[in-house]
Amino acid sequence: MQYKSQAVAKPYFIAAIALFTGQILFGLIMGLQYVIGDFLFPAIPFNIARMVHTNLLIVWLLFGFMGAAYYLIPEEAETELFSPKLALAMFWIFLVAGALTIVGYLALPYAKLAELTGNDLLATMGREFLEQPLITKIGIVIVALAFLFNITMTMLKGRKTSISLVLTLGLWGLAIFFLFSFYNPHNLVLDKFFWWWVVHLWVEGVWELILGALLAFVLIKVTGVDREVIEKWLYVIITLALVSGIIGMGHHYFWIGTPEYWQWWGSIFSALEPIPFFAMTVFAFNMVNRRRRDHPNKAATLWALGTGVMSFLGAGVWGFLHTLAPVNYYTHGTQVTAAHGHMAFYGAYAMVVLCMISYAMPILRGRAANSAKAQVLEMWSFWLMTVSMVFITLFLTAAGILQVWLQRFSDTPISFMAAQDQISLFYWMREGAGVFFLIGLLVYITSFFVKGETKAAA
Amino acid sequence: MSGTFTKSMARNIFYGGTVFFALLFLALSFDTMKELPKRDNRANLTESVIAGKKLWEVNNCIGCHSLLGEGAYFAPELGNVYPRRGPEFIKAWIQAMPTGAPGRRQMPNFGFTDKELDDLVAFLKYSSEINTANWPPNIEG
Repeated sequence: MQYKSQAVAKPYFIAAIALFTGQILFGLIMGLQYVIGDFLFPAIPFNIARMVHTNLLIVWLLFGFMGAAYYLIPEEAETELFSPKLALAMFWIFLVAGALTIVGYLALPYAKLAELTGNDLLATMGREFLEQPLITKIGIVIVALAFLFNITMTMLKGRKTSISLVLTLGLWGLAIFFLFSFYNPHNLVLDKFFWWWVVHLWVEGVWELILGALLAFVLIKVTGVDREVIEKWLYVIITLALVSGIIGMGHHYFWIGTPEYWQWWGSIFSALEPIPFFAMTVFAFNMVNRRRRDHPNKAATLWALGTGVMSFLGAGVWGFLHTLAPVNYYTHGTQVTAAHGHMAFYGAYAMVVLCMISYAMPILRGRAANSAKAQVLEMWSFWLMTVSMVFITLFLTAAGILQVWLQRFSDTPISFMAAQDQISLFYWMREGAGVFFLIGLLVYITSFFVKGETKAAA
Repeated sequence: MSGTFTKSMARNIFYGGTVFFALLFLALSFDTMKELPKRDNRANLTESVIAGKKLWEVNNCIGCHSLLGEGAYFAPELGNVYPRRGPEFIKAWIQAMPTGAPGRRQMPNFGFTDKELDDLVAFLKYSSEINTANWPPNIEG
């Protein structure tokens, strides 16, 4: 690597992969509970497993983003990290806080955890994705601020590239919008309205800046295409993302008590949200086609192309599928939403972190790229995980369409649980695809331990 | 992209576009805040409803159920459970959990007091009276 302090990224990446594995294991538990309802009950009720599954996702992506920033910013700024020690201290604080939170979820009844962690002082818990105890939320803010301080100071003392600017902007946005998680009014409509200021403005807003910046960075490295060209693309993509995504918020305001004009704003603008993802796909393929060098890390290039395609399919196409208000009227809160959520998170955010890890990890381990043998294995894991996720999404979509038909659309609607029984075949197939995903993940982890001939990093 | 469209033009469009649409979004949000009192049933936010919402949260009900379509999709939508089932059924149901029926999805028993059950029902009643533009499509949720 070019700067010694980039090495702090390594523990972040390792933690990300470990937590990712935990996320998948809990996903498999939940998938089984969908068809064998009393599996692991009462030891791990579904709501606990789901909370662990989604919170691990958020935390491992945050580890991934932070690791990526610690790797990327010094190289872009052409200077050592402002404080590697602070970065390492924050790593341990975040890891211990995250682990304790997960242990708390699993070991204590949730109401007891709320009582012990000061939820009575400021009630913030028990809302989807924001289930963390108050002290964990405060911990996240402290870690994020220390991280942003470190990153921003590094950028200020060095070269300011568009990529590092966009990345830092996205990360600041991430921290700022998280602050809405502390606002939990009694009024349910207000609660939901501002809850989306965290969730939507993260995944359909500022996280797309992070995604674009990481992808642009890897593409510069593996293709050698001129920075001016790549950064111009980056600006175009994030313009499209925010111009469509900010008002696209309206697609969450159709049925939660908000005024009905949101059905127009939300439908029209969120229908545009696939465009930035399509641009990202074109961007990735275009840059790889115009490459000026053949980088030895083929696996990283594959992840970069895959991120473009899968984020377009998952976030773009599957998002559009149910984003128009007249369609969403029937699909809102069904397995169609779950299908979209799975492929979008995997395609956009999981894959871009894995892409960054794929590019940076060999260099952090002192070589330009992994051995051919290790890369082949990594590429197998890419295909196993990606194809499995496509099938998870297809099975959930089938389940969702049937659910909508049985429960909402037909002339003789049946109850929720009766509909669930009818569609269990698709839940079984989803679980099967999930097992293949886990196999892909295990292959991925194995690829880190495969030796072979490598060239030293430049 | 052609040579006439430069990076700094792209950057300026990014900042300009983002600021414009962020301001538009804020304006719409501001208008929403003015409209909400007519729709969000705030007149019925009693002490009991507020206590019920807290119980809803600290028992992580959203981890299985959906409420106005948001949450998990493992258990029924509860935004309209009040008109669907009525208060007495809801209370009896919660108390009868878990069913222990082999292979069936299980809901924990949270050991609620009578007052807590009343608070939860009050919260679910309040939620069902929010103007949700006729969602869900039918009583099954």
